[in-house]
Amino acid sequence: MPITPKMVGARIKRREDPRLITGQATYTDDLQLPGMLYMSVLRSIYAHAKLNSIDVSKAKQLLGVVTVLTAPDIAGQTDAVPTAAEVPGMKRPHHPLLAEGKVRYVGEPVAVIVASSRQVARDALDLIDVDYDPLDAVVDPERAIETGAPLLHEEFGDNIVFRVEVPNPAVDQALKEADVVVKLRIVQQRLIPMAMEPRVTVAQWDRAMKHLTVWSATQAPHLLRSQLAEVLRVPEHHLRVIAPEVGGGFGAKLNIYREEILAPYLAMKLGKPIKWTQTRREDFAATIHGRGQVQYIEAAAKKDGIVTAIKARLLFDLGAYLQFFTPMIPGFTGLLMNGAYKIPALSFEQIAVFTNKMATDAYRGAGRPEAAFIAERVMDAVAAELKLDPAAVRRKNFIPKEAFPYTNPAGLVYDSGDYETALNKALQMVDYAALRQEQVELRKQGRYLGIGLSSYIEICGLGPSVLLPPKLKAGGWESCTVRVDPSGKVTILTGISPHGQGQETSFAQMVADDLGVDIDDVVVLHGDTAVVQYGVGTFGSRGMALGGTSLKMSLDKVKEKARKIASHLMEAPPESLDFGGGQVFLKSDPTKAIAFQQIVEAAYGFKAGVPNIEPGLEATSFYEPSNCLFPFGTHVAVVEVDTETGEIQFRRYVAVDDCGNIINPMLVEGQVHGGIAQGIAQALYEEVVYDENGQLLSGSLMDYAVPKAAMMPWMELDGTVTPTPVNPLGVKGVGEAGTIGSTPAVVNAVLDALAPLGVKHLDMPLRPEKVWRAIQEAKGGK
Amino acid sequence: MEDYVNRSITLTVNGQRCTNEVEPRLLLVHYLRDVLSLTGTHVGCETSLCGACTVILNGQAVKSCTVLAVQADGGEVLTVEGLEQDGKLHPLQEGFWEEHGLQCGYCTPGMIMASYQLLQRNPNPTDEQIRHGLEGNLCRCTGYQHIVKAVQYAAKKGLGIGG
Repeated sequence: MPITPKMVGARIKRREDPRLITGQATYTDDLQLPGMLYMSVLRSIYAHAKLNSIDVSKAKQLLGVVTVLTAPDIAGQTDAVPTAAEVPGMKRPHHPLLAEGKVRYVGEPVAVIVASSRQVARDALDLIDVDYDPLDAVVDPERAIETGAPLLHEEFGDNIVFRVEVPNPAVDQALKEADVVVKLRIVQQRLIPMAMEPRVTVAQWDRAMKHLTVWSATQAPHLLRSQLAEVLRVPEHHLRVIAPEVGGGFGAKLNIYREEILAPYLAMKLGKPIKWTQTRREDFAATIHGRGQVQYIEAAAKKDGIVTAIKARLLFDLGAYLQFFTPMIPGFTGLLMNGAYKIPALSFEQIAVFTNKMATDAYRGAGRPEAAFIAERVMDAVAAELKLDPAAVRRKNFIPKEAFPYTNPAGLVYDSGDYETALNKALQMVDYAALRQEQVELRKQGRYLGIGLSSYIEICGLGPSVLLPPKLKAGGWESCTVRVDPSGKVTILTGISPHGQGQETSFAQMVADDLGVDIDDVVVLHGDTAVVQYGVGTFGSRGMALGGTSLKMSLDKVKEKARKIASHLMEAPPESLDFGGGQVFLKSDPTKAIAFQQIVEAAYGFKAGVPNIEPGLEATSFYEPSNCLFPFGTHVAVVEVDTETGEIQFRRYVAVDDCGNIINPMLVEGQVHGGIAQGIAQALYEEVVYDENGQLLSGSLMDYAVPKAAMMPWMELDGTVTPTPVNPLGVKGVGEAGTIGSTPAVVNAVLDALAPLGVKHLDMPLRPEKVWRAIQEAKGGK
Repeated sequence: MEDYVNRSITLTVNGQRCTNEVEPRLLLVHYLRDVLSLTGTHVGCETSLCGACTVILNGQAVKSCTVLAVQADGGEVLTVEGLEQDGKLHPLQEGFWEEHGLQCGYCTPGMIMASYQLLQRNPNPTDEQIRHGLEGNLCRCTGYQHIVKAVQYAAKKGLGIGG
């Protein structure tokens, strides 16, 4: 039996790359359909205003303009923009495709144009006259809940979307009995997901067959299909959604946007293909924002450093309207704020508010960075208060590795973990003791070195279907078909929708090992609802864990059938046979083997017939997970702060992450690198800024500091492997872990550096001016 | 609103001579993508910051979103589609593949073309020089570390691009 190298666990080059590095891939804006027309959107320039009238007459007269529509023109012809998420008692504002009566955020669509070219569609925008009566806007979520604040949706009487209180008398008791109480006010600033590809939708209506095809830069083609079918009132079996190559998503493309509904609506109405391509400025104003919380935290601790309770008052800045998952995203925060620690008592109050801004929704981490940040800042703040070492405090509080599965105070069951080993590894990598010594020496020289820890956990791999909103057509499962064709090549149809995560490669690795076929004989297809069985999509770090498990299930079914056929051909019991090197062989004597191809031919040709078996060799599986997954790790940021300028330099950045078993370590590295970049960006560089009138000041890349190459440290990665018992692969997820772990590590590092100067708190992003001012204020206070 | 008078332009793109009638305001990136159907070059912003549209014009890396097609009249353009020669990948393309220098791929053509010029000017850059040399190109997926390694891979291979 020939020995083939094991693919799983190896750094296999990506199958995706040849088309991407040669510019041959097709992204949605690359599509050119015969007769295609171009859509553009006129957007509100006010954050809050009455919409009195819209005069489109001049725009309609421009040569090349086909149609210009406003809300009255489309009234009643589609449903409104849907929100799947449900929080008990929440308000559901009407979310129109085009503004009706009022505009509520800068960038809100007011009119839509269809024209013969991109350029004419753009020109026509300038010819529309809108009569607005500006109203006072409210952008501060703390102001939005005050009486007398401008009301976004008058029918509700206030700006509160929902209020959820989960009190716990044990928390109040712990706070009374505490040796120290640490109080923090944390601002989780809004972030722009900023995928490199802006949003694009192309739609085509086949009038004869009454069949609609929609290409969209989406992370979830099947979900989009189901929602569009409902909203556009097109039977689902006549709707095909295709996610072509998608240039990044990070959660922002897991949604149903007004423009994604308008483009197909116009295609149906006009009988012509329609393309809508977002500009980057439109992306900043009218694609969902991430994060958006103000948090008041109280943590009780004993003088030995054990944290006994956390109480939180959490304000969620949701924006003017609700997008698909908007109200449920921040809900993760309260549930997970004990982090990796066995804090026995949690209580929280959550208040979600409307503000005159774009909606927030899922963005890399989606509620869990906000939780990890609380846990990690509490640990450091408690350590600082008690003058204990932050690593020692973490050790004291860790959930021990014998305690898994561990049920946290919110009822979440952590699958597996070994937090102390990851911490130890990270500390060893930076030589922690020596660093602390060096820190002391440098302080004597007036230099400020900071060491920041983050022993994060997170919850990913959503998940058990009961956790998904009832209005969502799909649950949290995932699907996969393994199809062997008569020539012995294998096609995988996966319900996930990767856009950079690399499953065309990692799934092929799994198939190659399992079936013993050549990795080049495997192709992985995704993203087309006419090709792939119903699936859920790529988000929440679920691709390998859930998609990969559904693949494993189908591989097992195919192997079972193949064994039966081989058993018939080789006259040996099925359990005695195994796969490898393109063959099926007898385990006890590998020289007795037949080619896999022979089995395939028997399955499809069926000339000799195989008893008790149908012809063909393929299988489809749907994997319903029994739990979510809990990756974890420790990041250590080592920085030096220049007190004269407030600038922060990275000395080292170390990340030890545990995502369970690893299929392709190269892909895992890439995910951790990219995740850390976005986490560091939140800590140091990025923030969405609206002025008090609701004008988006950070409206383009000129004012929003997405990190450039020179702004990133060199990342030293290592890992531990603590498989999950939840799925047969033992795989957790890793897409968001880097983001979740890194933000608190960096902030803790800077505060650690500045502690001797009396700086106790800084709001993100830690821009040089802000750091400098904090130093001056602390000095002045002395 | 006046009608635009089209201009006739002739460019050599990836070694092929192209003549077209274009509006004076047509951006080079839209000429490449919409007129020539060379969709490898991408648009990622409209403020000339993201670099996804980077191509080589008359030997210089330019952001094609900030060049008018008529400005390029008579010139030579090299895009990512023109790097492969006789089925052989350019060392930069190889490097990005070997070192996992891309995930979603959207920034990649621009990143490769910017790296092309970087290595022309500095065939043996340090990591820091690569990071600064690529400050005109954003990537949201990779955190840049594997991109730096990809460029180092190509540098070590020696480019043999002949200027």
